[in-house]
Amino acid sequence: MEKFTRLTAIACPLRLANIDTDQLLPARFLKVSRAAGLGRCLFQDLRLDSKGQEHPDFPLNRPAWRNAGILVGGANFGGGSSREAAAYALLDYGIRCVIAPSFGDIFAQNSVKNGLLPAAAEAADVAELAATLERNPESSVTVDLETQTVTCGNASFQFSIPGSWRDQLLNGWDEIDLTRSHQDEIETFRRMRRKSEPWLFTRG
Amino acid sequence: MVPIAPIDPSPDTPSTASPKTLFDKLWSAHRIVQRENGDTLLWVDRLYLHEGSFHAFEQLVQRNASVAEPGLVFGFADHYVPTHSRTKNIANPEIARMVRTLNDNALRHRFRLFGLQDPSQGIVHVVGPEQGLTLPGMLIVCGDSHTSTHGALGSYAFGIGASEVAHVLMTQTIWQRKPATMRISVDGKLGPGIGAKDIALSIISRIGANGAQGHAIEYAGSAIRGLSVEARLTLCNMSIEAGARCGVIAPDEETFAYLRGRPYAPTTDQFDTAVDRWSRLVSDPDATFDREHALAAEQIAPIVTWGTSPEDALPIDASVPDPASAPDAERAGYIRAALDYMDLSPGQRLTDISVDQVFIGSCTNARIEDLRLAAAILAGRKSRVPGRVSPGSSVVKQQAEEEGLDRIFWEAGLDWVESGCSMCVGINGDTVAPGKRCASTTNRNFKGRQGPGARTHIMSPAMAAAAAVTGHLADARPLLAGRLK
Repeated sequence: MEKFTRLTAIACPLRLANIDTDQLLPARFLKVSRAAGLGRCLFQDLRLDSKGQEHPDFPLNRPAWRNAGILVGGANFGGGSSREAAAYALLDYGIRCVIAPSFGDIFAQNSVKNGLLPAAAEAADVAELAATLERNPESSVTVDLETQTVTCGNASFQFSIPGSWRDQLLNGWDEIDLTRSHQDEIETFRRMRRKSEPWLFTRG
Repeated sequence: MVPIAPIDPSPDTPSTASPKTLFDKLWSAHRIVQRENGDTLLWVDRLYLHEGSFHAFEQLVQRNASVAEPGLVFGFADHYVPTHSRTKNIANPEIARMVRTLNDNALRHRFRLFGLQDPSQGIVHVVGPEQGLTLPGMLIVCGDSHTSTHGALGSYAFGIGASEVAHVLMTQTIWQRKPATMRISVDGKLGPGIGAKDIALSIISRIGANGAQGHAIEYAGSAIRGLSVEARLTLCNMSIEAGARCGVIAPDEETFAYLRGRPYAPTTDQFDTAVDRWSRLVSDPDATFDREHALAAEQIAPIVTWGTSPEDALPIDASVPDPASAPDAERAGYIRAALDYMDLSPGQRLTDISVDQVFIGSCTNARIEDLRLAAAILAGRKSRVPGRVSPGSSVVKQQAEEEGLDRIFWEAGLDWVESGCSMCVGINGDTVAPGKRCASTTNRNFKGRQGPGARTHIMSPAMAAAAAVTGHLADARPLLAGRLK
C-alpha cells in the first residue's frame, strides 16, 4: 500500500451532504475491473447528463478543479454501499484525500486500506475551507497526516483520524503480513473455538 | 512496528467483572490479539460472498494465496442473477461473466455455493438465516453493507470492502477498532399494520443517515421483543442506513425456535448446549451504553421517504418539506436538490404523489411474512400500476406458491419473478426507467439507485401494496382492515 504523509494539491469543494458511494461510483460500473479504468466512472451521473455531456456546474468539471487531488465534501461522505471500487475510482481519478465532517464507516475503512486519507474535521472548518476555495479556486491545500493539519493560505485547522488508521497510512503497512505474524495465536484460537463451539464448524 | 499484547480470548466472563453489553460480549469472544493503538484481530465465523467478490479473488491471485478456511466460507449468487427466468441463458455477456466467475471461484477454492440453479438460491441476507448458517454469537462478514441484517439473531455482523474480504479469505480473521455502543429502546405496542420497516425509517429520520456512525446498535425494549425473527432481520438490515457498524438483538426463545431444525443449525444432540450458550448473549442489567435513544411504539406511524436518503422519511399523513422553512441555507439547499431530483413540490401532500410502478423485494423486505402482508392488501384487488414481486429466496418462492400468494400477485396484475437483488440495485438489468417513480420495499432511495434518473420511495411491503392498489403513496391501514390474521 502507498504511504500517506503529506499532500499539497488543488482541492475541489463538493458541498452536498450524504454523497453516498452510489454517487461516487454508480452500481452499473461495479462489474468493471480496475485495470479497465475506474477513474473515468467517478461521479458519472453527477458529472454527465443522460447524453454523456458534462454538467458545467459540477465542481469537478470546472477547469480550475479538474485536476484536484483533494475533495472537500459534506457530512456522511461515502455512506451506503460497501463497494471498495468507490475508493478505487477516487484514487484512479487522482484524489488522495477527502476532507469532510463525517464519513460512512465502510467507505473510510476501504479508503485507508488503499492509501486514501479520510480526514474528518469540524463542520464549520470544512465549510469555511469550501467557501475559501469557491472564492479562490486556484488555491492549493496541504494535508499533513503527521500533525493532522489542513492548511490553505494562512488558515489551518486540525482533523481527526483513528490512531490505527493513521499508523496504517503513515507506514503503508501490508496488513496480511502483519496478520500472518500472528499465525500461532490464530491457530490456538481456532482450536479453542472448535472445541468449545463445535457446531460452528460442523460442516467445515 | 507497534508491539502486540496477546490477550486472554476466553469467551466466558468472570462473575466479578463489570457489567457488559451484548456487543462487548460478542467482541470479547472473538479477540485474538490486540495492538497498542486499539486495533484488534478478530476471528471470523462466517464469510459470505456474492458475485462482487471478484476484486477480492484478484487480490488472492496476485499474492498466490489460498483460502484459509473454505468450510467457513459460503457463496450466494444474488446481485447479478436474472429474475425473469432460470432456464434461459443470461443474455448480457458481462452479467453472465459475473455469475460464472463466482461459480469458478467456488469450484477452485472449494467453498459451498448457493448458485443460480441451487434450490436454496437467494439473497445472501435471506438465505443465511433461512439455512441456519447464521447463528447467535457468531462474527459474520460479507462484502455487502446490509450484512448488518444477521445481527437479528444475536451475531456481530457487518459489511466490509474487497481488501478486507481478501484478508478474511486468506486468514479467517479481520482487524477492527472497537465501535462505541448505542441502545435504541422501543417500548409499547405497535399499531396494526405497522412493522419493522416503519420502526427503522422512524429511527433513521430522527437520528440521521450517519446518526449511528461508529456505533454498534443494540435494539431493545418490549416492542422489539414482540417482533418475529423475520421482522428483526428487516430492522437490523436497515442499521447501516443509520450509518451503524452493526445492529444486534439479543437472541431469545423466538430466535431458538426459529433456528431449530434448519439445515445448518446445530444438530439435535448439540442444540440444547448451543441454546445454553446463546442464552448468555444479553446485555447485563447494569451495563451502560455510550448513547441511548428511546421511542414509544404507539407513536410510530406508516412512513415513506420523500427525498434521496433514507433519513428523508415522514409519516404518510405529512407533506413534502418546504426549503423556505429550513433552519439554514445548507439544509434548504439539500431539500431543494432532493425535491428537484424527485420532481416534487414543497408542501405537496405525500398521499398526492402518484407512482409509476412498485417493487416488492430485496434483503430488507422479501421474506414470507413480507409477502403475506403485501398479499393481504392485494387479494381480490387490482394494481393500478405495473410492478414486480421478487421473493428473497427460492425457498421463500416455493413457500409462497404453496400458500397461493403467487396467484394473488398475478391476479392483481403484478409480475411474480425469481429471487435476487433485482430492482434494489438494478445491476442484473432490472431497473426503473429514467424519470419513473417507484414505490419500493428496498433500503436505499439514493439518486440513481434503481437506475439512472429513477425516483425511489422506500416503505414497508404493506405500504408498497397500498401504493399499487391506489396508484399513489397511501396509508396501508384502511386497506388492511379486517384482513390481518
